[in-house]
Amino acid sequence: MDKKIKVLIAKPGLDGHDRGAKVVSRALRDAGMEVIYTGIRQTPEQIVATAVQEDVDSIGLSCLSGAHNKLFPKVVNLLKEKGAGEVLVFGGGIIPDEDIQGLKDAGISEIFLPGASTEDTIAFIKENVK
Amino acid sequence: MEDLVDGLLSGKVRSLAKAITVVENDRPGKRELLKRIYPKTGNSYLLGITGPPGAGKSTLTDKVIANLRKQGKTVGVIAVDPSSPFSGGAILGDRIRMQQHALDDGVFIRSMATRNHLGGLAKNTVDVIHLLDASGKDVIIVETVGVGQDEVDIVRIAQTTVVVMVPGLGDSVQIAKAGVMEIADVFAVNKADREGADKLFSEIRAMLDMVKGDFKPEIFRTVAVDDVGIDELVQGIFAHGDRVLTSGLVKEKLAQKAESELRAYLVDNIMERSTGLTLYDDVVKRIAAKEITPMDGVEELFTGLGMTKGEN
Ligand code: B12
Ligand SMILES: Nc1nc2c(ncn2[C@@H]2O[C@H](COP(=O)(O)OP(=O)(O)OP(=O)(O)O)[C@@H](O)[C@H]2O)c(=O)[nH]1
Ligand SMILES: [Mg+2]
Repeated sequence: MDKKIKVLIAKPGLDGHDRGAKVVSRALRDAGMEVIYTGIRQTPEQIVATAVQEDVDSIGLSCLSGAHNKLFPKVVNLLKEKGAGEVLVFGGGIIPDEDIQGLKDAGISEIFLPGASTEDTIAFIKENVK
Repeated sequence: MEDLVDGLLSGKVRSLAKAITVVENDRPGKRELLKRIYPKTGNSYLLGITGPPGAGKSTLTDKVIANLRKQGKTVGVIAVDPSSPFSGGAILGDRIRMQQHALDDGVFIRSMATRNHLGGLAKNTVDVIHLLDASGKDVIIVETVGVGQDEVDIVRIAQTTVVVMVPGLGDSVQIAKAGVMEIADVFAVNKADREGADKLFSEIRAMLDMVKGDFKPEIFRTVAVDDVGIDELVQGIFAHGDRVLTSGLVKEKLAQKAESELRAYLVDNIMERSTGLTLYDDVVKRIAAKEITPMDGVEELFTGLGMTKGEN
């Protein structure tokens, strides 16, 4: 309990589906984490700048619009550019199974699909945030 | 640590962010860090924005930032939101309203959870202010949590405190209850697009008319969502600052601020030093067993800590 885990939950791109992001934010809060939620329509640049200022341990990206293959890796790359490559990035939303491996190769640590329990997400964060 | 300090002082965003983490979490090195940057502080204008939940504090902050940026001033923001008393977690959402500034190098925004600290701020907010100050921000804005009656720590440290009020919350009661007559340097009647704003404005003015003295707060109407009334508000804020300067009250305010900072550490420190001691547990047990009174318990603890009471 000495260290609070800080997570940024962000929605990149034009996707307006925010229910999932809010569900996840609340679940993480209820697990004792400090969650920064920045709302919909964020560019990868905004997300990364926010993550750096807030010095978060982790970023959870949510996308239901189908633009994940472009937007998620962009966030990872920008983080590296800003010297914040150690930040754990994971994501969720409507993401076809065949895209998951590619996203993982691009540095997104895990993907959570509809039906995945938030307990799994919580356990994943707690295990992987140093 | 040296890297952090040098980076912070030369305006590196990541160093500042990491330094804040050290301070916020009472990590090792905090004391040294503060000692190093303390001489570089005291140059920022510290603005507090407070008011009831949902009054539009974040939206207003967003517009004030934009206004200050137009004037070429750099801005640091600390946005405080409450922690859940049940889980200890928090959703920090103030920032949603300020994301238009995310890519502006002249703006640094940091969210803080109260972690159950009372008073409308987080325990280490004041130290984070020092870091932003040392990093060279011209203006630092602190948005408090939505305040209740006693959550007004910000007034003791800010140069100017803006109290944001909105129509429709049971106005006269709101004014009287919040104790805001004492804490406001400037009033913003926000959501002035809504019914009841004029009535609220007059009610605040009527209450202010009963206050004597030269320091009568100005009242401004704002519609934060539509960026209306912000120029006037910002001018009013700095006008208040100027009045404090010319009145010679500055020294008094600084002393008040210093004392409130010292006191916070003093209380924490005494608690920290005491709770680790076997004497502490012993005293607790004896109070529970009705062997000694809590007042005598304090005396015993202090004697144990080597603190003797001065003569009086
Ligand atoms: C509700 C809904 C809407 C609502 C959104 C309300 C809102 N504010 O969110 C409305 C009606 C507005 C809407 C509009 C549209 N929608 Co819609 N919508 C849905 C629907 C039916 C359910 C989504 C939902 O809220 N689920 C409940 C939440 C809790 O689940 P979730 O978001 O999936 O999140 C869970 C997981 O995915 C995961 N998760 C999600 N994000 C994250 C993030 C992290 C970090 C983690 C760990 C986990 C995680 O955890 C969550 C909890 O288990 C889906 C279909 C579906 N079955 O998913 C279509 C769907 C997403 N919509 C779709 C479309 C096309 C649209 C529109 C473009 C329709 C149109 N032509 O106008 C618009 C676009 C709106 C916009 N601006 O983006 C498509 C997307 C297709 C695609 N990806 O190729 C879907 C899949 C429907 C379909 N089968 O075609 N929609
Ligand atoms: N009609 C109207 N709505 C406004 C105005 N200013 C803000 N709002 C809306 O009021 C709601 C709350 O605004 P915030 O800025 O989040 O309020 P806050 O005081 O920061 O809220 P907390 O931090 O949760 O206490 C949002 O939906 C805003 O869009 C205004 O001038 N007029
Ligand atoms: Mg707010």
